[in-house]
Amino acid sequence: MTIAALDTNTTPAILPGSGGMRGTLSDLFWRRPQLLLLLMLLPPVLWLGVVYIGSLFALLAQSFFSIDEFSGLINREFTLKTYGDLFQPANLDIILRTVTMAAIVTLASAIVAFPIAYYAARYARGRWKALFYLGVMLPLWSSYLVKIYAWKLILAKEGILTWLLAKLNLLWLLDAWLSLPVVGGNSLSVSFTGTFIVFVYVWLPFMILPVQAALERVPGNLVEASSDLGASPGQTFRNVLFPLALPGIVAGSIFTFSLTLGDYIIPQIIGTSRLFIGQAVYSQQGTAGNIPLAAAFTVVPIVIMGFYLWGAKRMGAFDAL
Amino acid sequence: MTSAVSFRQVSRHFGSVRAVDAVDLDIAPGEFFAMLGPSGSGKTTCLRLIAGFEQPTSGSISIFGERAEGVPPYRRNVNTVFQDYALFPHLNVLDNVAYGLMVKRVGKAERHKAAEEALSLVRLPGYGGRRPGQLSGGQRQRVALARALVNQPKVLLLDEPLGALDLKLRENMQEELKSLQKTLGITFIFVTHDQGEALSMADRVAVFNDGKIMQIGTPEDIYQRPKTRFVADFVGSSNVLPPDFVQRYSGQHRWGSLRPESIRVARATSGEGVAARLVSTNYLGATTRLALDADGLKLHAMVPAGTALPADGEAVVLTFNREHLHLMDEPA
Repeated sequence: MTIAALDTNTTPAILPGSGGMRGTLSDLFWRRPQLLLLLMLLPPVLWLGVVYIGSLFALLAQSFFSIDEFSGLINREFTLKTYGDLFQPANLDIILRTVTMAAIVTLASAIVAFPIAYYAARYARGRWKALFYLGVMLPLWSSYLVKIYAWKLILAKEGILTWLLAKLNLLWLLDAWLSLPVVGGNSLSVSFTGTFIVFVYVWLPFMILPVQAALERVPGNLVEASSDLGASPGQTFRNVLFPLALPGIVAGSIFTFSLTLGDYIIPQIIGTSRLFIGQAVYSQQGTAGNIPLAAAFTVVPIVIMGFYLWGAKRMGAFDAL
Repeated sequence: MTSAVSFRQVSRHFGSVRAVDAVDLDIAPGEFFAMLGPSGSGKTTCLRLIAGFEQPTSGSISIFGERAEGVPPYRRNVNTVFQDYALFPHLNVLDNVAYGLMVKRVGKAERHKAAEEALSLVRLPGYGGRRPGQLSGGQRQRVALARALVNQPKVLLLDEPLGALDLKLRENMQEELKSLQKTLGITFIFVTHDQGEALSMADRVAVFNDGKIMQIGTPEDIYQRPKTRFVADFVGSSNVLPPDFVQRYSGQHRWGSLRPESIRVARATSGEGVAARLVSTNYLGATTRLALDADGLKLHAMVPAGTALPADGEAVVLTFNREHLHLMDEPA
């Protein structure tokens, strides 16, 4: 019995090429996959290498020039004088303040993000998962400036937060907090606490998503196995979940840490009049016209991130990758 | 004597699905017990109920006489060898095996010594420094076994422990598991869908279907004297014979079963018996499996290799000893 549609006697063993330019190109790329890879990578490599890294190096080169204090002109000769200026107490203060803020924001983001990411990775399914992504991403769709001004209103002395706390008879708590040195101030919107709250709010999605991706890759039966072997939920978290989520937390902290290090808008709108690195860069290259010092300031976050990644690698944060 | 594990009318429902449905079960201490059944029959849920990963919807479970409902897995002295081993990828083999002792706060030197011993027990001494990712499937299986045994559990649960291994390795591990169980005297409960594995390893077998236990008994009981059509068919693919057919040979109107190896096949000219037609022959090495058609009734026969056989499509007659015809409990 033969079935006409399945008769293999008349079909050729090798099919003819589809011909034309496309057919020839397809065959060529199949035979030389490296060629295709080269063609695909060339534009981004050119962009990244020449335009992006190149201009970054041009900026960094500026940091080895200096400014003539009398004429305000830039002296284009190699010197480390500008880096010396970086270590003046006022500038060191800026660096220390920014790094401390970045570290606290990162820690707080990790603590807030973990349960959300854990829920999304382990429990959310279907519709709830879509809702989770929407909830995390939605704030990223609206303008950064609008969100920050909205927070300024929320945190202001006449704002909704003060009103809410007054209704709950908890105003004394806010006043006690605001009377503390360093973190306090006239109102939340002009204190470091306010800056901190808004930083955590704005960068939180950048922590949640990598942590969720890391937790997603932890097989559920590892948690069961840990429990089966006698580990309490706390022990399972410390010995299994946290180490396996660590690459995600480190990835997220790279975002939150470096974004906080470089941001100059949030501390300008919400917080005290004391400068952060980003603001220092902004004012040095703008009003002060001191491009070399601005460039030297931009080197600071790069160096700090370098040390941060090196430390994270030494701690074994990337072992599970 | 208290049972190692005892189920009283245990049910576990997931929504409208009755994964486990009013199961009664008693497993003796030191027994090698198999839960056999097709996928979705409730055997794995039963295992998870013993481990504590699932809680019964109703009924009661005791482990060595102690009530286990509401007791979390980490407070049960029961350990599991997972189907895909569930080794911790960020820990080396030694720390994987020592994990249970580590969370019980046993000192480092002591727990590493115990882990080393457990690794020797499963014939993997000196593998402690490797990562699970560097091991083969069979080695991972042994590490999972060592990781469970190092805790000296009262009951060891094995979820399809040999499912992911190739045939040769599986046969070796079957023997090893059995001798290990004899040496240690721990109650082993293992889940499998492979009837050969269940019959060759277990002291007793429970056959599951649709969340219920169809039959519990020794491998011989299950194989020779199946109680229902399902058991006869699932365990070793017996020929299930309809009541009308059985009545002709035994005088009783009941479902019957006949093992394929109990059927003799001869050419149609050679005398009386059940008239049938040979549909196809399957060469299996030591034996040859014949598919037969006796007037619409599909039968299988197993004959030793080398038997002279008629050609496919020829008429044959089938004979068997009356005492090999087993009558089942299932009502006609």
